[in-house]
Amino acid sequence: MKEDIEALDTFPKLLMHHAKLRGERPAIREKDLGIWQTWTWKQFAQEARYLACALAEDGLARGQSMALVGANRPRIYAAMAAAQCLGAIPVPLYQDAVATEMDFPIRNAEVGHALAEDQEQVDKLLEILPQCPTLKHIYYDDPRGLRHYQQAGLASYDSLLERGRKAHERDPAFLEREIAKGSGGDTAALFFTSGTTGTPKGVVLTYTNLIERSKVVADWEGITEEDVVLAFMPPAWIGQNIFSYAQPLVAGYCICCPESAETVTTDMREIGPTYYFAPPRVFEALLTQVSVRMDDASAPKRAMYRYFMGIAQRVGERIMEGKPVKLWERVLYGLGDLLVFGPLRNVLGMSRIRIAYTGGEAIGPDLFVFYRSLGVNLKQLYGSTETSVFVCIQPNDKVKPDTVGPAIPGVELKFTPQRELLIRSPGLFKEYYKNPQATMEAKDAEGWFHTGDAGYIDADGHLKIIDRAKDVGALSEGTLFAPKYLENKLKFFPYIKEAVCFGDRRDKVCAFLNIDMEAVGNWAEKRHLPYSGYVDLASRDEVYALIRECVEKVNADLAQEAEIANSQIHRFLILHKELDADDEELTRTRKVRRRFIGEKYAPLVAALYDGAESVHIEAQVRYEDGRTGKISADLRIADAKTFAPAAARRAA
Amino acid sequence: MPIPAHAIGDVLLSVEGVSLAFGGVKALSGVSFDVREHEVRAIIGPNGAGKSSMLNVLNGVYHPQQGKIRFRGQEFRDMDSHEAAALGIARTFQNIALFKGMTVLDNVMTGRNLKMRCNFLEQALWLGRAKNEELAHRRAVEEIIDFLEIQHIRKTPVGRLPYGLQKRVELARALAAEPVLLLLDEPMAGMNLEEKQDMCRFVLDVNDHYGTTLVLIEHDMGVVMDISDRVVVLDYGRKIADGTPDEVRNEQKVIDAYLGVAHA
Repeated sequence: MKEDIEALDTFPKLLMHHAKLRGERPAIREKDLGIWQTWTWKQFAQEARYLACALAEDGLARGQSMALVGANRPRIYAAMAAAQCLGAIPVPLYQDAVATEMDFPIRNAEVGHALAEDQEQVDKLLEILPQCPTLKHIYYDDPRGLRHYQQAGLASYDSLLERGRKAHERDPAFLEREIAKGSGGDTAALFFTSGTTGTPKGVVLTYTNLIERSKVVADWEGITEEDVVLAFMPPAWIGQNIFSYAQPLVAGYCICCPESAETVTTDMREIGPTYYFAPPRVFEALLTQVSVRMDDASAPKRAMYRYFMGIAQRVGERIMEGKPVKLWERVLYGLGDLLVFGPLRNVLGMSRIRIAYTGGEAIGPDLFVFYRSLGVNLKQLYGSTETSVFVCIQPNDKVKPDTVGPAIPGVELKFTPQRELLIRSPGLFKEYYKNPQATMEAKDAEGWFHTGDAGYIDADGHLKIIDRAKDVGALSEGTLFAPKYLENKLKFFPYIKEAVCFGDRRDKVCAFLNIDMEAVGNWAEKRHLPYSGYVDLASRDEVYALIRECVEKVNADLAQEAEIANSQIHRFLILHKELDADDEELTRTRKVRRRFIGEKYAPLVAALYDGAESVHIEAQVRYEDGRTGKISADLRIADAKTFAPAAARRAA
Repeated sequence: MPIPAHAIGDVLLSVEGVSLAFGGVKALSGVSFDVREHEVRAIIGPNGAGKSSMLNVLNGVYHPQQGKIRFRGQEFRDMDSHEAAALGIARTFQNIALFKGMTVLDNVMTGRNLKMRCNFLEQALWLGRAKNEELAHRRAVEEIIDFLEIQHIRKTPVGRLPYGLQKRVELARALAAEPVLLLLDEPMAGMNLEEKQDMCRFVLDVNDHYGTTLVLIEHDMGVVMDISDRVVVLDYGRKIADGTPDEVRNEQKVIDAYLGVAHA
């Protein structure tokens, strides 16, 4: 029997439905004190009910907002549901944001209530309290270190829950009435976009937006209550929230919260999720770990790994997609699965994965193929906060690494003459909160959303994204310059962590690079290269030679692609510090802010282009505890070999 | 207005006229001081002042030739280390003394050793009582692991951990014994700034949360002055000052001991 959930148009209604229908099945698991603790759907619903009653007592009313600051904790999600029960609007905030970054969303959304995970988050909220007069109630989950705080309006989650329980006993019908008042067109949540430029914008998504999209994809992919998801990205990111809140409430599956950010790998192995979503950098970091550990393995193991990975790359994907493969290759792959791929999937915690998505950024084709050839059904999806994530998904039987797949049911796509992608979909956001100007710019009268991404539809009807429309530029001689495309190629090397390419309206392309401390550190140790820290390591001749090799390989690759062969990287330098979101060089989702970096390090950019051998830099850095310091260094600039474009070579 | 749960209380431990000599070398001569319940007490002094010897006397590693120690009303001429442990005195060491080949979890579990009540046979056969006991201890240990934020290294062999983390594991093991009095021998030695800040926070949290009385030896003056309630200063085996950080800081003898004076 197919569940009929058509009439359930809000998350609280869905939650109560699951509590009735599958009350004893797990809804949320969390590892606490070393043991996985489970909340069933019934418990989840009960928790949300009590919380909602207490929040109502504290004055949280329909239309008001409540901030949620913390990592993936069952209680954060319970609070989200509780706020929605009352018709209030949850505003999840990034838990690693500094206090000043929380200031804007809280004032913008006129947040009156906030749930903070622990002392760290409470401290941040208290710091901005003077600027945020609307914020009256701060609740905290983990009481550690907060015993001596005497701030008015500060209360523990436990006390809130206890009050709620009593209130609920006094008037059990109150909450049912409140839940019934909600409808699909109401605002479900407010997500503040990290904003690669300018101040963040609050994206208003309605219940209909989120529920419709979640449902379409759950049906399309066959997601059921049996699926399991590990929630380890910030819940303030729509990409996490839709998989750990919206979709489980539609499909009834269970989400698991890791013990701490450092234990994710172990927790993943223990849980064995079946459904997985992570941005490319997570897959990248995992591959780096694998490569580093393989480098340390004994020679026979290394040989075995190399041999079977070669076979996997040839036939792995074809086998997974059910395409014809020669019998002996199939046998060899089977053997490889037994000896290498199976154990490797197990180490990565990916043994049970049916569907894994990546998105948010382009993924290097080699990286992408690596996971698929191992037998992990990794697929790209395309979407953004404004579209309730799901726009395009690669279908199971037709995955092309350089595209993000065709539009999924319900979505219409078209392009402006400048190649900018426009989207119309039932998941499209209602508006930017209190920002009609920005709403008008992003969403035109006919309801098309201007994504700002440049791309085209290929012959198979798959969408291919090249870059942000505003970032795609041209070299002075006219060659297309797609910086992100180049940066992604560079970042595929485990030794390169971040790359920033410059070249728009210039005669050639040059790049800033960050080395990957783990991979390069390991490489240096092997060669008995002593170093004192990042700055020292980054400036070593040997490291420069290593990185130059990587850059030259990228150049050789680019030479094969006629359209962009001229955007090979001529000169590069390794930055003296790692690009950091705290210094505003990356967004909180770790995308490079190219323009900002270009301005901040203008002397370095100038030196790249004026032919200097080295350049002196003094820069301010912000430490994690908020203090600032100065770093000064002499950075060397290296030249990289470039190659004649393939077409030209053939002619010669 | 809530009162702090653990207000500084009565004298928990007092040292009266303790002298310790190794052959002709006088490590301590006539040192007296006391430690009050729930306080953070620091022992400081230049190199060779007798700080570590003092700590070793407190938990029964060294036996002083003169003087006595009073702990929770009981008087001791000297103590044996197992006796001290049974009385609720735990410690950490200057040069980490963990089992390098064992995991963090197992190391911390060893801290519960004195609390195990089952006999060898029960343990070996994993009888009901032994199993329940093990589970109870594991829970206590997990709480400490959570408290000190070392979940991610639970199953990692200690030898593979960086120094700062090993220090934290050692603190965890000492805490596992649920001590009344915890002796820390240079808990922050050799740490970088960030590790020191973390450690300070943990020391204060332990004091605040568990109400544990702490005696610590430390070189970093900033740390000592920030986190201790009272400070004893030793120099050449003698006590030269005793009081709150502010009192001690301005004592001429202390300044001389640290900066040196011209010996006429």
